[in-house]
Amino acid sequence: MIGCHEAVRQLWEYIDGTLDTADHERIDEHLGRCRRCCGELEFAHELRGFLRHGRDASLPEDSLERLYRTLDALEEQEQ
Amino acid sequence: MGPVADVEADSVDQACAEARPSFKTLAREHLPRLLSLARRMVGGDAEDAVQDCLLKAFRKYDQLEDPEAGGAWLTSILVNCCRDRGRVRSRQPAAIDLEDVEEFSLYRKIALEDPFPYSDSLHLDFLAGFGSEDLREVLLRLPELYRIPLVVVYMDGYLARELADMLQVPLGTVLARLHRGRKLFERTLWEYAEETGLLREGVQR
Repeated sequence: MIGCHEAVRQLWEYIDGTLDTADHERIDEHLGRCRRCCGELEFAHELRGFLRHGRDASLPEDSLERLYRTLDALEEQEQ
Repeated sequence: MGPVADVEADSVDQACAEARPSFKTLAREHLPRLLSLARRMVGGDAEDAVQDCLLKAFRKYDQLEDPEAGGAWLTSILVNCCRDRGRVRSRQPAAIDLEDVEEFSLYRKIALEDPFPYSDSLHLDFLAGFGSEDLREVLLRLPELYRIPLVVVYMDGYLARELADMLQVPLGTVLARLHRGRKLFERTLWEYAEETGLLREGVQR
């Protein structure tokens, strides 16, 4: 059996599915009897969602414009 | 050649053209995504990093075998351009304490400090205080060694294995950086919230 410390340390790997079967089962077993670590797990899911949805809503138009012009210039160079 | 053969030849040509877009077409399609990714990986250097990426990709476009993989191919080139920029600048803050960070749990920190005493969803309220600019700022505070894996894997959804291929490092190296990066990210979220007053504003935002 593992303690909270060990379980929390591996939670994201647990979610990612990058743990081997034995480690994965140890976390399952721990989560089955530890409420606080279930809270940690839920929060880990929330943090991941937060990162996934945290991409820029808007981009600097002037940067994009200059980059599009670079592409035009590369195309002309090719012809 | 009869008309039937001509029609066939045309459709074959057309199929090839569809399978392999011009470099400009491919790059245009991905440009906003690349700029967004670069902004999170290298902040103010983003436009230059994307320029580097476009020039490099243009020069070796004939090496792209599978046009379907064009997006991942461009991402891979960009990730390396961003990493190279980070190296040149070498602004790895020596002050970051990596020993302590292993023990940090944002979940526990929020529960202990209880920043919003009247809330019954403390942890969600904490995250809700961060706008996308705040998040970008937090990411940019992390050393680029850890920031790039977090951005590429957790924001853009690439697999750790794919990132290992892009950077040409072993999978274990990427996994270790992701692990440490997450811990640093959690701690930096807390520090940023404390410094900028997000904790005080809390639920109103």
